[in-house]
Amino acid sequence: MKIPYYPGCTLNTVAKGFDVSARESARALGFEMEELGQWNCCGASFPLSPDNLMGLTAPAKVLASAARMGDAVTTLCSVCYNVLKRTNKALRDDGEKRSVVTGFIEEEYDGSTEVIHFLEVLRDRVGFDRVRESVKRPLGGIRAAAYYGCMLLRPAGEVGIDRHEGPTIMEDLLSVLGCEPVDFPNKIECCGAHLAMTRTDVVERLSGNVLESAVDRGAEVVVTSCPLCQYNLEKSQAKVAERRAGYRHVPVVYFTQLLGIALGQSDEMAGLAENRWDVRPLLEEKGV
Amino acid sequence: MKIKLFKQEIEGSSIRQIERSSGEVLKNCYQCGNCSGGCPVSYEMDLPPSQAIRFLQLGKVEEVKKANSMWLCVGCQQCFSRCPKSVSAANLFEALRQMSLRQGKDHKEIRDLPVSFLEKAPQQAIVCGFRKLVS
Repeated sequence: MKIPYYPGCTLNTVAKGFDVSARESARALGFEMEELGQWNCCGASFPLSPDNLMGLTAPAKVLASAARMGDAVTTLCSVCYNVLKRTNKALRDDGEKRSVVTGFIEEEYDGSTEVIHFLEVLRDRVGFDRVRESVKRPLGGIRAAAYYGCMLLRPAGEVGIDRHEGPTIMEDLLSVLGCEPVDFPNKIECCGAHLAMTRTDVVERLSGNVLESAVDRGAEVVVTSCPLCQYNLEKSQAKVAERRAGYRHVPVVYFTQLLGIALGQSDEMAGLAENRWDVRPLLEEKGV
Repeated sequence: MKIKLFKQEIEGSSIRQIERSSGEVLKNCYQCGNCSGGCPVSYEMDLPPSQAIRFLQLGKVEEVKKANSMWLCVGCQQCFSRCPKSVSAANLFEALRQMSLRQGKDHKEIRDLPVSFLEKAPQQAIVCGFRKLVS
């Protein structure tokens, strides 16, 4: 099985570990992620104003590129997923909008490509049972908190990869890898997103709440699917430790990094050295 | 607190522009407050989402434009998710941001961004931030 793959700008650089661990995991599971022949940044923000057609041009170009390769495109970054999926719907629902946007970018696109997140590929096209069978290094019962954030889930009808209140798709994956999933109240709360640019105090509070909430319930690692969440959480952890006596720092990793390790990838392949808080001591401690 | 209401403000072009640019219908909101309860940044907003919507329903656009709310909204759509009438305060705040940005008023000057942020932050943060805060 081959599936067209859109990495997005951040996975090509700052979050390379996310990209490599995913591709290698796909290989281990018997399918290939075929990078789009030509792609550009998705714009990182779905234009919330229906009259903002300019904001649709970048993701529309990505969709047009994907359509040339197949009938579906997958991505890893939560934000790319949200932008592409919402753009797809906007173009599908409104023929005139589609006509104007595709005319502007001088591409053909009829809205027939499906946008699916990598977690959905694992659940629906590969199957978690097959993932379980392919596990070579079970993750020793590591207590892993699956942090969804906002972009994978909302607006629910348009993008939700699972229930928008109480999703379990990431926990289900972590279970088959041998982790013990930890549920926590802030798992669907926003990390602060682009306010990292203007209000680091707000990010520290929002991301801090996520971390505290997870660690209070016994999490030993926080798992995410978004480079911005990963950055905000890592950046805010020091502040949490300042205000909470006895707070224990936890690594913040991408779900494909844990998937990769479980499937037998080397630490280097999984990009473990990139993370600010190293997850390797935890893996060693649990005998992985 | 005394507040004067004007028909021209309530039904005026600013309100019509906000509704058109956001795709939202202000009358749908019946002020249950779910949005403000779910909004992660409402604690820091001058006017939390439901209150901002109330001001808009009463035609008081300038008060909402002056508030920090629209610049704090992260677009997480928790408001929309929790709203019993499927109103998106996030979409309304985006319309208000657009009204300001389309006049060429930057909320954040690029030259004021710290170098360490530009070097270390994931590109998506910079792109997204520019989309929402820079004209």
